[in-house]
Amino acid sequence: MPPLVFANDAPTAAERLKDASGVALIALLLGIPMIGLTTADQGGSLQVLTRWPLLAAFIAASFCGRLVVRYLLDALKRRRQAQDRQAGAAGAKETRRGGRMLESIGWLAFGLALVLPIVFSDNRYVVDTATTVLIYVMLGWGLNVVVGLAGLLDLGHVAFYAVGAYAYALLSTQFGWGFWAALPVAGIIAGVFGLALGWPSLRLRGDYLAIVTLGFGEIIRVVLINWTDFSGGPNGISSIPRPTFFGLPFVPSSDNPTFATYFGLEFSPMHRIIFLYYVILVLSLLTNVLVKRLRKLPIGRAWEAVREDEIACKALGMNVTNAKLSAFALGAMLGGVAGVFFAARQGFISPESFTFNESAIILAIVVLGGMGSQLGVVLASVVLVLLPELGRDFAEYRMLLFGAAMILIMVWRPGGILSHREPTLLLSSEGGRRE
Amino acid sequence: MSSDVAVPLLSVERLTMRFGGLAAIDDLSLDVPPGKITGVIGPNGAGKTTFFNCLTGFYKPTVGSVRLNHPERGVLRLEDLPSHQVAHTAQVVRTFQNIRLFPKMTVLENLIVAQHNVLQKASQFSLAGILGLPSYRRAEAQAVAKAVDWLTRLGLIDKADTAAGDLPYGTQRRIEIARALCVDPLLLCLDEPAAGLNPRESGELNELLLRLVADEGLTILLIEHDMSVVMNVSNHICVLNYGRKIAEGTPKQMQNDPNVIKAYLGEEEADELLYGEKGGESTGVTP
Repeated sequence: MPPLVFANDAPTAAERLKDASGVALIALLLGIPMIGLTTADQGGSLQVLTRWPLLAAFIAASFCGRLVVRYLLDALKRRRQAQDRQAGAAGAKETRRGGRMLESIGWLAFGLALVLPIVFSDNRYVVDTATTVLIYVMLGWGLNVVVGLAGLLDLGHVAFYAVGAYAYALLSTQFGWGFWAALPVAGIIAGVFGLALGWPSLRLRGDYLAIVTLGFGEIIRVVLINWTDFSGGPNGISSIPRPTFFGLPFVPSSDNPTFATYFGLEFSPMHRIIFLYYVILVLSLLTNVLVKRLRKLPIGRAWEAVREDEIACKALGMNVTNAKLSAFALGAMLGGVAGVFFAARQGFISPESFTFNESAIILAIVVLGGMGSQLGVVLASVVLVLLPELGRDFAEYRMLLFGAAMILIMVWRPGGILSHREPTLLLSSEGGRRE
Repeated sequence: MSSDVAVPLLSVERLTMRFGGLAAIDDLSLDVPPGKITGVIGPNGAGKTTFFNCLTGFYKPTVGSVRLNHPERGVLRLEDLPSHQVAHTAQVVRTFQNIRLFPKMTVLENLIVAQHNVLQKASQFSLAGILGLPSYRRAEAQAVAKAVDWLTRLGLIDKADTAAGDLPYGTQRRIEIARALCVDPLLLCLDEPAAGLNPRESGELNELLLRLVADEGLTILLIEHDMSVVMNVSNHICVLNYGRKIAEGTPKQMQNDPNVIKAYLGEEEADELLYGEKGGESTGVTP
């Protein structure tokens, strides 16, 4: 039925056997020293023993395994090609339908996020993990503006996360600021740091910018470690005040009304956990609405245009530096806000929380999710936070599993989990203008 | 010098662009009259694209000046403006030899991005935009209307919602021109707009260029290799070779200019053509 059949689409039986024999040969070569020969302690001296049956089994398994894997890969490829052809024919309508489906998945995810702490109201582990997922979602959405929309490779996003966290920690412990007052201020401070970094470095492109941001991330961390008077050095800052529910603290007992006494509830530490969950949920939803909205505005289109072709933007009269700086500052600000929440949730921060590893994970979330895709960030955050959690049983193989999963996702979907791009406005239906 | 009395829209004076020891443009002077199509031709490596890059702020010329007589803003020195200001303030807009669209964005989005400055102003640091104020909505509706207008005129309207990168080459060329037109150019600089077009498409391009000049009063500066385009639409042609201007005049004059023929065909073959047995007068530079 397909009009074009390439030679490697449907290999003949001989080709398959040849391919599998090749693998079996490699298995043989590798297997002789590793499986075929073994040493055993016999009467105090080492003896070399042979295990030919085991080796034969290994080779047979490699041979059959290769046949099966090859067959599955070919089948997958054929199906993908067929899908591509269909997609090409269907065109814009398909795109729109895809967009609508993603939207409904998004609402479903939102609904789930809303009821999660109610369903698991007595399971602290689940709510805590979900909160962590949401922190990464928020960080991912912030970085998505920089990397996904504006196409600026930022390897030091954690620096702004750290700036936000330390800004809140210092404002609250030194000056007695509350969580809600410090939240926007710390966000703005992080945004200013973004501008300060962006101003000199955004004329660099691609790899060069990546190195500069990487360096910036390290500078912030090293300063935090060494400037003991300011940041407490490696000891970090502890007893950071927790957010209150409109002035009502979450404490077992106090002279003033607490959350529990005010609402006539029995005190439970879960109240705070659930409250924190909803705080980050609201913060990240605000982020989502803001970014989605900005994407449909001139500035958002400018970001995407800069990602697509910077020179063309200049030729059209766009001030590319401003566009990049605004993306960078916004990303930094959102990272800073996530940092404030992180500091308030943990109650303790130290430079150890802001290593390059964090930057890498946030970037991985954006890339795995599909650059520029908001829902993709959510899915990738869930995968990247849950995988190590689920993998706890595998102990030291945990990170191996994590890495393998990342590789698989990128092989399976090189554009990220959701690489679908929703146009910011459509001509054919007036609905395209609105959400 | 062209014969018309009108003040030139663009005057290039003694422009030189050096890369190390190489003078890509050497002492080039050229006047571009308003409301006309001026062709710039020359063999590969003659410095045509470098000339465009100097005009549009992508290169800073080593020596020389590029002055634009803007009807509202007076004389602007293009060599001092950064590239985005050349397009925004001086309204000199260019296209590229190797098409530079925003491939993942739709055709309509491409044309809306071209109106970024107008829209950005209307969105007032995105505040009016985020709040969805009527002033911003109106500006956006106007921008869409302008884009739709150009898309209709260039026969691209049914492609409006397709990703620009998915369209065939010839269509992408037209989209790039439509996008440049959305910037409201005074002077449109087209860098090989007919490259990769088939004869029918380049015929359509001719018509389009002539219509733009006639209907919109646009001034066009055209780099082109396709002689069927340059010779048919240009009012005036400037020939470059090794960065120098070797001839200037009407298309007819250029077709018979010995220097031009030499530059294109090489010394010996040109001699044969010009002074050989035939000595026909209709021999031109047509490839």
